[in-house]
Amino acid sequence: MSTNHDISTAPAKPPIWNDPVYRGIFFQVLVLGAVVLFGLYIFNNTAENLERQGIASGFGFMNTTAGFGIITHLVEYTEESSYGRAFLVGLLNTLLVSAVGVVLATLIGLLVGIARLSKNLLVSGIATVYIEVIRNIPLLLQIFFWYFAVLRSVPAPKNSIALLDTFFLNNRGLYSPAPMPQPGFMWIVIALIVAIVGIIIMRNWAHKRQERTGQPFHTFYVSLAILIGLPALAAIITGLPLAWEYPVLKGFNFQGGLVMIPEFVALLLALSIYTGAFIAEIVRAGILSVSHGQTEAASALGLRNNITLRLVVLPQALRVIIPPLTSQYLNLVKNSSLAAAIAYPELVSIFAGTVLNQTGQAVEVILITMGVYLTISLTISLFMNWYNKKMALVER
Amino acid sequence: MMKRSAIAFSAITATMATAGVVQATTLEDVKAKGFVQCGVSQGLPGFSNFDDKGNWTGVDVDVCRAVAAAVFGDATKVKYTPLSAKERFTALQSGEIDVLSRNTTWTQTRDTALGLNFTGVNYYDGQGFMVRKDLGVKSALELSGAAVCTNTGTTTELNLADYFRANSMDYKVVAFEKADEVVAAYDAGRCDVYTTDQSGLYAQRIKLKEPDAHMVLPEVISKEPLGPVTRHGDDEWFDIVKWTLNCMLNSEEMGVTSANVGDMAGSDNPGIKRLLGSEGDAGKNLGLDPGWCEAIVTQVGNYGESFAANLGPETPLKIERGLNALWTQGGIQYAPPIR
Ligand SMILES: N[C@@H](CCC(=O)N[C@@H](CS)C(=O)NCC(=O)O)C(=O)O
Repeated sequence: MSTNHDISTAPAKPPIWNDPVYRGIFFQVLVLGAVVLFGLYIFNNTAENLERQGIASGFGFMNTTAGFGIITHLVEYTEESSYGRAFLVGLLNTLLVSAVGVVLATLIGLLVGIARLSKNLLVSGIATVYIEVIRNIPLLLQIFFWYFAVLRSVPAPKNSIALLDTFFLNNRGLYSPAPMPQPGFMWIVIALIVAIVGIIIMRNWAHKRQERTGQPFHTFYVSLAILIGLPALAAIITGLPLAWEYPVLKGFNFQGGLVMIPEFVALLLALSIYTGAFIAEIVRAGILSVSHGQTEAASALGLRNNITLRLVVLPQALRVIIPPLTSQYLNLVKNSSLAAAIAYPELVSIFAGTVLNQTGQAVEVILITMGVYLTISLTISLFMNWYNKKMALVER
Repeated sequence: MMKRSAIAFSAITATMATAGVVQATTLEDVKAKGFVQCGVSQGLPGFSNFDDKGNWTGVDVDVCRAVAAAVFGDATKVKYTPLSAKERFTALQSGEIDVLSRNTTWTQTRDTALGLNFTGVNYYDGQGFMVRKDLGVKSALELSGAAVCTNTGTTTELNLADYFRANSMDYKVVAFEKADEVVAAYDAGRCDVYTTDQSGLYAQRIKLKEPDAHMVLPEVISKEPLGPVTRHGDDEWFDIVKWTLNCMLNSEEMGVTSANVGDMAGSDNPGIKRLLGSEGDAGKNLGLDPGWCEAIVTQVGNYGESFAANLGPETPLKIERGLNALWTQGGIQYAPPIR
């Protein structure tokens, strides 16, 4: 009874220092101020200490000659290149192993996740053992395991395993011929781009048509035909202007061709097998989250099994799968920095390792490295969030 | 309310203004905590190595122990921080360790831009190459096209690049962070060549599966003066570490050993008197006790003794004195006089 009365006659406005709104703002400003001051304090202190010890600072070192060699680089690099260039080499190597790792880990995860749900006891048993074993052994140990397993199981260069005298496998890497584009090769690349654009247009058209008329279209096969057909046609017309550089054994090692070094292979295996085990569990959980009624309803409508999986189960499972999958991808990228232990020259080993040590500019180098990982992580998150939105249930 | 926050604010600004000004010296710090924190390797026989009895031994470790003997009169007051080549300078710059004594080459960049002070040279070294004998290589100039294993964060990887470039030879460098991984990869056949300081080659060769199947090539491709390091900004501590090493060298030169130091204390030789503190102010000048050097020789030994016990012909490394003999015996070890 009395509460009614209270509401009707609103209480008098409290004085400003007792007003919860103003109080809230006041304390937030206070905390923010303290955080900013603390930041300034750390900054000042660092600058002062560096100054007192006479340690060089600033980002000028990025233009200094690096002077050390790097075993694999996706861009031109020599000992005369700058530290900035070495940074780029490390960054690209990180991106390479991460990108391939993400694809492999997803494939492994998908296969094993589905296998674990199999009604075949042997298949689901193997999947279970794989997941339990791999998830419970520290990644660093697995990296060492694969590295030395790879090194010990292949012969020295003189006794390389050869395939058709073009591919060679030894403990220095897997060598294959390197494509050397000749003039005119551009046309094949252009044909490929045209093919991709064409496929996108065709899919849109097929989608619209199906919405209008209910007629499905064989998008997959037509896409495949365009993707292979157009560049192949261009290749035939231009007479395939592509030469190959073959690896040959000269002295101690093979020279020429493309080489995949054991460090890369070991790191890739370790990262994708490890992350794959976690993804498998995520996939399993995702599939289980789609109620069985959906599958039954689909087959009652006469949909075939693979269509049910592709159009009914998977889209719904993906909504559960994508968010945790994102964090697995982020983990994989960050874990790639363990490569420092086995000499794969990625960002942390080249930049936060060698460059930091040669220049002594720890603060700058670590700041840049953190910035890079943050950017990669945020990019992956943004992409996955976008994909997640796209996959979300659209109510009609 | 406002008043209280104003007080908090001025307190924060006050701390900002004073921090960094009040800074204890390294000597005060070391005395307060009661031990010297010494940065060493993760295991390099003869230099700094954790032996099977659980003790740290080696010539670099002896420098740590000598500093503790000079400061505390007790060589056991040392704690060790094993560091990879890559970690060592950051550890010293940030104050995690007081001295770095870890087969570290004295270079211009490290001495200046990295904010470090080299206190002398306790081992004159040079970089070499090791290969399997069955490779049939007799000279480093035959190594074009080779895969080379080494450590990151070292002068080694820079010299390697310089040498192959200067001789227009190709190479592939496989650079690991930890020395044990370099050894394991080289042993597993990942590389044709293992390169590091020559002393390091002899030390690491012991760890290979068949040490006798490997040989060190004759070429020495660089100058590697290895010595203890302190950070910029504390001259007093720099002096202490520098003169610790000089005490060991001068003792050897004057024939003072751990066995005879007791008798030598009664010597009439003015040089020995100054060394052992019965005459002059050597200790006081360093802010230490007069018996600082006597404590070093008694508990650690002179330079020659330390070398013989850890690297010499009686040890598995079997390294001759060579360049590291005293200047009076054909080497280049030459310490400034104590006076
Ligand atoms: N003297 C060189 C190289 C020093 C170095 O780290 N050498 C390696 C190979 S012998 C080493 O000491 N490893 C032992 C360890 O990492 O514990 C330098 O100062 O850069």
